[in-house]
Amino acid sequence: MPTIAMPEPDLGILARASQIIERLTAVVSAEAVISDPQETRAYECDALAAYRCPPLAVVLPRNTEEVSAAMKVCHEMGVPVIPRGAGTSLAGGALPTADSVVIGIMRLRDILEIDTANRFVRVQTGVTNLSVSAELEASGFFYAPDPSSQLACTIAGNIAMNSGGAHCLKYGVTTNNLMGLRMVMASGEVVDLGGPLLGSGGLDILGVLCGSEGQLGIVTEATLRILPKPEGARPILIGFDSAETAGECVARIIRSGLLPVAIEYMDDVCLRAVDAFANAGYPKCAAVLIVEVEGSEDEVLYQIERIRQVAEELKPVEFRTSRNADESLAIWKGRKSAFGAMGRLGDYLCLDGTVPVSKLPSTLKRIGELSKDYGLEVANVFHAGDGNMHPLILFNANAPGELERAEAFGADILRLCVDVGGCLTGEHGVGIEKRDLMTKQYSADDLAIQMEIKSVFDPDWLLNSTKVFPLEASKPYRDKAVRG
Amino acid sequence: MSIDESAIKALPYPVSPADEAELAAFVGESHARATPMCIAGGGTRVQPGSVEAEHMVTTRNMSGIVTYEPGALTLIARAGTPLQEVEDVLAEEGQTLAFEPMDHREILGSIGTPTVGGMVSANVSGPRRIQAGACRDHLLGVRFVDGRGRTIKNGGRVMKNVTGLDLGKLLCGSYGTLGVLTEVALKTLPLAETEKSLRIAGVTPREALEVFVAALATSFEVSGAAFHAGTAWLRVEGFEAQVDYRVGRLKELLFDREIDVVAHAASRSVWRDLRNVKHLAASEHAIWRILVKPTDAPDVMEALDQLGGEASVDWGGGLVWFSGAAPSVAVRRAVGAGRAILLRCGSLPAADLFPAENSAVAQISAALRKTFDPAGIFNPGLMGN
Repeated sequence: MPTIAMPEPDLGILARASQIIERLTAVVSAEAVISDPQETRAYECDALAAYRCPPLAVVLPRNTEEVSAAMKVCHEMGVPVIPRGAGTSLAGGALPTADSVVIGIMRLRDILEIDTANRFVRVQTGVTNLSVSAELEASGFFYAPDPSSQLACTIAGNIAMNSGGAHCLKYGVTTNNLMGLRMVMASGEVVDLGGPLLGSGGLDILGVLCGSEGQLGIVTEATLRILPKPEGARPILIGFDSAETAGECVARIIRSGLLPVAIEYMDDVCLRAVDAFANAGYPKCAAVLIVEVEGSEDEVLYQIERIRQVAEELKPVEFRTSRNADESLAIWKGRKSAFGAMGRLGDYLCLDGTVPVSKLPSTLKRIGELSKDYGLEVANVFHAGDGNMHPLILFNANAPGELERAEAFGADILRLCVDVGGCLTGEHGVGIEKRDLMTKQYSADDLAIQMEIKSVFDPDWLLNSTKVFPLEASKPYRDKAVRG
Repeated sequence: MSIDESAIKALPYPVSPADEAELAAFVGESHARATPMCIAGGGTRVQPGSVEAEHMVTTRNMSGIVTYEPGALTLIARAGTPLQEVEDVLAEEGQTLAFEPMDHREILGSIGTPTVGGMVSANVSGPRRIQAGACRDHLLGVRFVDGRGRTIKNGGRVMKNVTGLDLGKLLCGSYGTLGVLTEVALKTLPLAETEKSLRIAGVTPREALEVFVAALATSFEVSGAAFHAGTAWLRVEGFEAQVDYRVGRLKELLFDREIDVVAHAASRSVWRDLRNVKHLAASEHAIWRILVKPTDAPDVMEALDQLGGEASVDWGGGLVWFSGAAPSVAVRRAVGAGRAILLRCGSLPAADLFPAENSAVAQISAALRKTFDPAGIFNPGLMGN
């Protein structure tokens, strides 16, 4: 049995299910409400698929007004709400409870405004991450955050989890590229924050909304900063015969005064899987770095030379530069297919802790030791430039006890991340997955003030309330909230 | 000078806690008694009369760099650490705070030592904000004492962190109204090897904006785009060959303009002055910092011109500086609601410092203040009343 507990559903709410559905159907179009158990099952989980629970109903509004109307009904009837983007969360951020209504924004798909003179785009948040850049293609601009799930994940989900991606070493994460938003509060009220300005004259409420995991409101529109596309970009592949040396190389590159747009890391377990899956032609060694630099041809060559000088001091087993677009694609191919390739090896848990870059070598070593202790193989593939690790713990879900063992191993790795000065989650969010580890990173007071802030936005604790905070810590807030 | 220098010099420092615990005890007691306090780092930005308080609390004794790891691009410093000390330590390793915080002393005519805590509290960001982001974008974590005297930490020291709510963003730019910062973790970045600037003289605000829109749509990572007294400036930074290449390409793009190139130390000096808004320092009047949509900047300049005074532009049009005698109501009417921050009061009342927010946002802000500071003891009246 998976080890993460969810609270018992509120029987009072379940008893009123038909009234709730009736009232929802009255305020949004009938086809926007799904309550047939056959159909709500499609929303029973996100990408943390070990945890499933169909909701009481699902609402798929077509505009902000319908989101607001549905939210008002839930607020009046005291029904918990689970906001949902594309459901790609790896942390259970979109996992429903049986007494909840899922409000999904995937039908809000309009690009509302593209303004290259002022360098922003305004979109409805159900658009996918990749489609924002696709819409901008002709203008010469792009939207920088590029999470691995960018083909599927929505801007709403990106805002909820403050998503990053491979290129955020240079361009920052969602919060650094979000200028404004329209959100529906727990009361159903619609509020606009920020806009095409570089700041506000008041508190940075936008800043606390970003990364709040659907606990403060449902974001339906966003104003995003866009950037001119670089003249060119080129990856380099550097192979090392030890994980620690690869980690050292990352710190030295950064120390050298260069700022590559990405530094990605893959270890031998991952390299073997990727080679079998994508035939990427990677060297057989302990660890590979993919470093990408940007600029004109001369600028790219200059930076590659500088990186070569830094890397060669550490005696790499291979230093491969791409000579053309095909070779660039080949270098990225393996990295981009890493998660798919790992899936072929069996089940895996994908972790997301961040450590200071200087602690990468020792952390990798310790993860290797823990892997032996737990008897579970681990593959490391991650954004090394910013220390955001993604250890993948391989296990067999059909073998009794292995999921629990993998979860315990994962928890140990995350505790290790905190111990060396890092954090539990760099870009996936806390969700339910890391909820009970929050006390490792934060004191009771640290958590209390965060929960008090949630109460400012959502006094009745209706929005995604069984996530992020340990259930025991959030119980007084959830209990105090008046239900129905 | 309409600014009362003696008032700033005379600001008392009756409470200068030596550490976080002492500060927390003092705040806890003040909370219990509901005695308000004015919060300062080095006191370089406090406007006389802006806060009615019983005590002045300064973090200046809580000073020192806790950790600096150039290879991890991370610096952690106590709130009272002089900004200069941080900049010196970074420069030794070839790094910097990329958001280029301005020094307010010239325009405020103030003395004192700017601190990192004050910088974060006011989200102080200079010309490079258009390319590198604001102070808030480089803030990785905070420690602070809230209005009940609780010591809180949030965020951390790593660049990617979505563990819980991001309170650092709220604290940054809250001007000490939510908590007293005791420690900040900042992202550092490599200093550019060199820089050059394009000077385009004899242009109107509208022509300057055209230049900015064109230059900022290129991939040349223009890191400064400012306009003052008929001259538009563009800055390019990087390694020598890169800067030369980019300057060349920008000159081709702006072929119909007359362009001089200013290099290295001379360029740095130009941007230091633009950053500190030195050109308005001699003005006797109030100084305003106005956020605008870049393409609106020429219209805003025109509207301000009608009021009389002097205006300049930074952030590629996104920031308009204005100094004039006009009353606050007139300035705010001319530029649009919620956008103009009064940085130096001049003859205007200190109650006018911050713009009013729309009612829904104002309600959230007020509730947040009440949560952080239930007794209303931190810089009461400064923001959001």
